[in-house]
Amino acid sequence: MMDYDRLLSQEAVKMKPSGIRKFFDIAQSVEGVISLGVGEPDFKTPWSIRQSAISALEKGKTTYTANAGLIELRREISAYLKRLIRTEYNPESEIIVTVGGSEAIDLSIRAIVNPGDEVLIVEPCFVCYSPLVSLMGGIPVSIETKAEDEFRLTADALKEKITDKTKLLIMPFPNNPTGAIMCREDLEPIAEVLRDTNIFVASDEIYAELTYSGKHCSIAELEGMRERTVVINGFSKTFAMTGWRLGFMAGPEEIMRHVYKLHQYQIMSSPSISQYAAITALQSCFGDVAKMRNEYNMRRRFLVDSFNKLGLDCFTPQGAFYVFPSIKSTGLTSNEFCERLVQEKKVAVVPGDAFGKCGEGYIRVSYAYSINHLREAVKRIGEFLSELKEAENG
Amino acid sequence: MDSLIKLLKTNARLSNAEIAVMLDKTEEQIAEEISKLECNGIIKGYTAIIDEAAIDSNAVFALIELKVTPQSQSGFDEIAQEISSYEEVESVRLMSGGYDILVSVTGNNIRDISQFVSQRLAAIDAVQSTTTHFVLKNYKENGIIINNDQTDERGMISP
Repeated sequence: MMDYDRLLSQEAVKMKPSGIRKFFDIAQSVEGVISLGVGEPDFKTPWSIRQSAISALEKGKTTYTANAGLIELRREISAYLKRLIRTEYNPESEIIVTVGGSEAIDLSIRAIVNPGDEVLIVEPCFVCYSPLVSLMGGIPVSIETKAEDEFRLTADALKEKITDKTKLLIMPFPNNPTGAIMCREDLEPIAEVLRDTNIFVASDEIYAELTYSGKHCSIAELEGMRERTVVINGFSKTFAMTGWRLGFMAGPEEIMRHVYKLHQYQIMSSPSISQYAAITALQSCFGDVAKMRNEYNMRRRFLVDSFNKLGLDCFTPQGAFYVFPSIKSTGLTSNEFCERLVQEKKVAVVPGDAFGKCGEGYIRVSYAYSINHLREAVKRIGEFLSELKEAENG
Repeated sequence: MDSLIKLLKTNARLSNAEIAVMLDKTEEQIAEEISKLECNGIIKGYTAIIDEAAIDSNAVFALIELKVTPQSQSGFDEIAQEISSYEEVESVRLMSGGYDILVSVTGNNIRDISQFVSQRLAAIDAVQSTTTHFVLKNYKENGIIINNDQTDERGMISP
């Protein structure tokens, strides 16, 4: 008899499944559910990108590429980062093409964290940071953000959690699930705190192109920050390329040299076909990006307005494609709200606490859906709320 | 104006209030812009997009190509306008290429359409010939997908 519990890696066994996964199973078991639950674009990848992939396949570009990625692609990424965040990275030594933003997150944590190191994680946030930190023997330390700060990280909240063991700060902006962004004025005090320390920053900027009030700003572009920051980005959200599994990571050579080894042993090189397609994306598809952004923006305004009218307080997020309304007025927990909503009105949204404890009392609603789909969902949520109220009064 | 028209084309039943929120304008501004579009003849009307086959499985939809002798004064206009006045006709377009006018028609059955073509269209003096194409299945109409077997492949929930 195999004693699996004893034989398996204790870290793997201890790792908790994502709260999203659990809710997914519930939503899946109800028939006829309409969802506002996905974290990926509803648009198809722009045709010229797909065409490039087809052409790469036809030409038989099916081998491994350079470990760090095609040099043509890295050059494009370098030029792109210069435009996007006004920061220069050497394509030869400071940029690695990864399997999605996910690999870049994993690499950052692996390259930087030693056992016992504390890693500051700004919450609510994407679900993978904390488990990956634990896997390295690091200690995840949450920094909670609040609705009254529009879910931005403040210097005070940061200072409060810094100890002599703090090694890394994970900055997930524009943020999934809240849609919060950090503009230059918000980042400057954070940089000010970090400049005197030996704390690294992993800045996950996968939603950088989806901001609705001015251009994205990266902490890496602030004075003295480039040397202590790795920037994580990718093609999934910007170009609607989630299934292509392609991201990238840029940072100072002293870090990237070691990241390179991890990447090389872990996955060799990112998919060749996706890389050829990505060159086209960076060269010629920002018109498509602008169209998608415009469409998301209309839906964002529609949802924020709808939730506020329904009496669910919703701050106006300026990034990504999520709104994060508060459901505290209903007296239900996030989980109760979401479970009942899916059972009673067949609408799936994600409980806020799946993204960190401070997400309790909120729900994540994705607007990677058509306006007509959103309208129907909002109508049903409205019915759900009125019935809740009636039950309370009756 | 462009995004307003685009929104109306996807769903003309959006309320002015809804459109105003989406485009970050006031309800009054939207009302004004729409009435301007109507007055200037840019918006010609609002209609429902119907899957005719779902109402009546015998309904027949046809595209008819006409070769027409242009008239000395009016060219194709007079003939096209005459054809446009027939109730059965849904659209009339002057075309470049191998024929001149393309007419679309919906009828209750194939015989209706055959009769319409032979007795009404072919009977017009300037019409030299007609070619009728019957539509087998309609997939998309006015930008709206009609026969949609595709499901959202993204699954219900993802991080």
